[in-house]
Amino acid sequence: MHLEQSKIPVIGEKPMNIDPYRSLKVETIRKDFPIFEAHDNPPLIYLDSAASSLTPLCVIDAMNEYYLNYRSNIHRGIYQISEEATARYEEARKKIARFINSRRSSQIIFTRNTTESINLVAYSWGDANIREGDEILVTVMEHHSNLIPWQLLAQRTGAKLRFIEVTDEGLLQLEDLDGLLTERTKLVAITHVSNVLGTINPVQSITAAAHQVNAKVIIDAAQSVPHLPIDVQQIDCDFLAFSGHKMCGPTGVGVLYGKRDLLEQMPPFLGGGSMIRSVERERSTYAELPAKFEAGTPGIAEAIGLGAAVDYLSDIGLDAIQAHEQEILEYAYQILSEIDGITLYGPKPRQRAGALTFNINGIHPHDLAGILDGDGVAVRAGHHCAQPLMQKYGVIATARASFYLYNKLEEVDRLYDGLLKAQKLFTRRRR
Amino acid sequence: MNIYEEDILDHYQNPSNYGDLEDADISYEEDNPLCGDKIHMDLKIEDGIIQDIRFHGYGCTISQAAASMLTEEIKGKPVEEVKKLTRDDILEMLGIPLGPVRLKCGLLALKVLKAGIYGIKEWPGEEEE
Repeated sequence: MHLEQSKIPVIGEKPMNIDPYRSLKVETIRKDFPIFEAHDNPPLIYLDSAASSLTPLCVIDAMNEYYLNYRSNIHRGIYQISEEATARYEEARKKIARFINSRRSSQIIFTRNTTESINLVAYSWGDANIREGDEILVTVMEHHSNLIPWQLLAQRTGAKLRFIEVTDEGLLQLEDLDGLLTERTKLVAITHVSNVLGTINPVQSITAAAHQVNAKVIIDAAQSVPHLPIDVQQIDCDFLAFSGHKMCGPTGVGVLYGKRDLLEQMPPFLGGGSMIRSVERERSTYAELPAKFEAGTPGIAEAIGLGAAVDYLSDIGLDAIQAHEQEILEYAYQILSEIDGITLYGPKPRQRAGALTFNINGIHPHDLAGILDGDGVAVRAGHHCAQPLMQKYGVIATARASFYLYNKLEEVDRLYDGLLKAQKLFTRRRR
Repeated sequence: MNIYEEDILDHYQNPSNYGDLEDADISYEEDNPLCGDKIHMDLKIEDGIIQDIRFHGYGCTISQAAASMLTEEIKGKPVEEVKKLTRDDILEMLGIPLGPVRLKCGLLALKVLKAGIYGIKEWPGEEEE
């Protein structure tokens, strides 16, 4: 078995299909996001959607409707508004199941965010299945949220972490995979799309390879579910985690998808209300999926809001969103690469998603972000919660511009202007 | 109000008191893990007076300019003066308002100084909380 990073662009392993005639009506889309109206001078140029996306009015309305019209707890109330709240909460779960093509909606567990989803697996599945001497395979490009839970699991159990390295170009070094996957490998934890490099990893092939040695696979899909069509059955992963707030949903709600037999075998993660079947003084039996993993009152408004976000994204179409982001990314890659002294990290457009990370010689990324902020351009600067990756590239921090459905090509021009302005400010003074 | 005032850029690009002291009485360094700014301070103290001070480090304009300004401010002054310096004094030296994230960049130099001399590890402005 030998895997190579595909030379053709991969999106969920399919060639990227970009139809210029299906381009988004961005000006119409922008009207759905009230925050743009709140910042008209200077206009808000929001290039930090990889950290958190903006929220469309339909999502805010869905949450408001809960608070205004049927505000109550779910699952237990024997009265009308509680029944409505329960129905809307469970309806949101079904929408999310359809969105990622989960076979059953009971395989969709609501959590707070990607991080909590991954920790749920690390504590529940991990503590029950990982033993001393076992190996957990991760990659050097993981966000800390898909690294620290495995470090902690390894420390609790005596298991060992192993790493798939990253090439200078920003791709996984997949020729090493054969040697890294052994009968000791019990889990492969891998990001679908790098939050720094934008790299789209061939998760379906990696999952197939991992399954050949009977390892389970968890995918950090925080940066992919908002931007690419995802099919969990096609990928065949065992677990997949993502956050609502990066996909036009509210903060405070995330999702864990898991294969049914695994979720059923796993012990509970958090104990408390809602997750039980019957409780005695010394022991209890637990509820069926998904309630077993949803102890306590969840973020009801947030789940309903996420359901509305899924409707919103589905109506526009992930294919169209992806094509739009590629157009912006290609343009940004082209004009930014013309800047003297700039380093662009990660693969070329069409092999990657829309997060563009860079440094400019002699200017600290915080200063770049500060100067851009003066002109209303919001970018991220720092280690992006990926310190091992920063170490691989020998940098302490980088600046990152990331794009979503509401961004325009003109906004990339403002980014470019801001970077030139920063450069002028710093170079004219150099002795 | 511009975060990249001439004065700040001047200090960043031509910092005062930059370097090391070989016979330092106090040497201390710390970083700001959020952004990777790092500052090292060396102090020569005689009769309770800061006779000489040097710093080096790396990071954004705000962190390095604040360090340069701070060394100018306290050189030749009694050590006790350092203890009295507050977050607001640093903001006054920089002459610009700072948001909560950049505030840590601005305060790192004072934090290093207070930790080095007095072992005060809290961020300036948070000691009383």
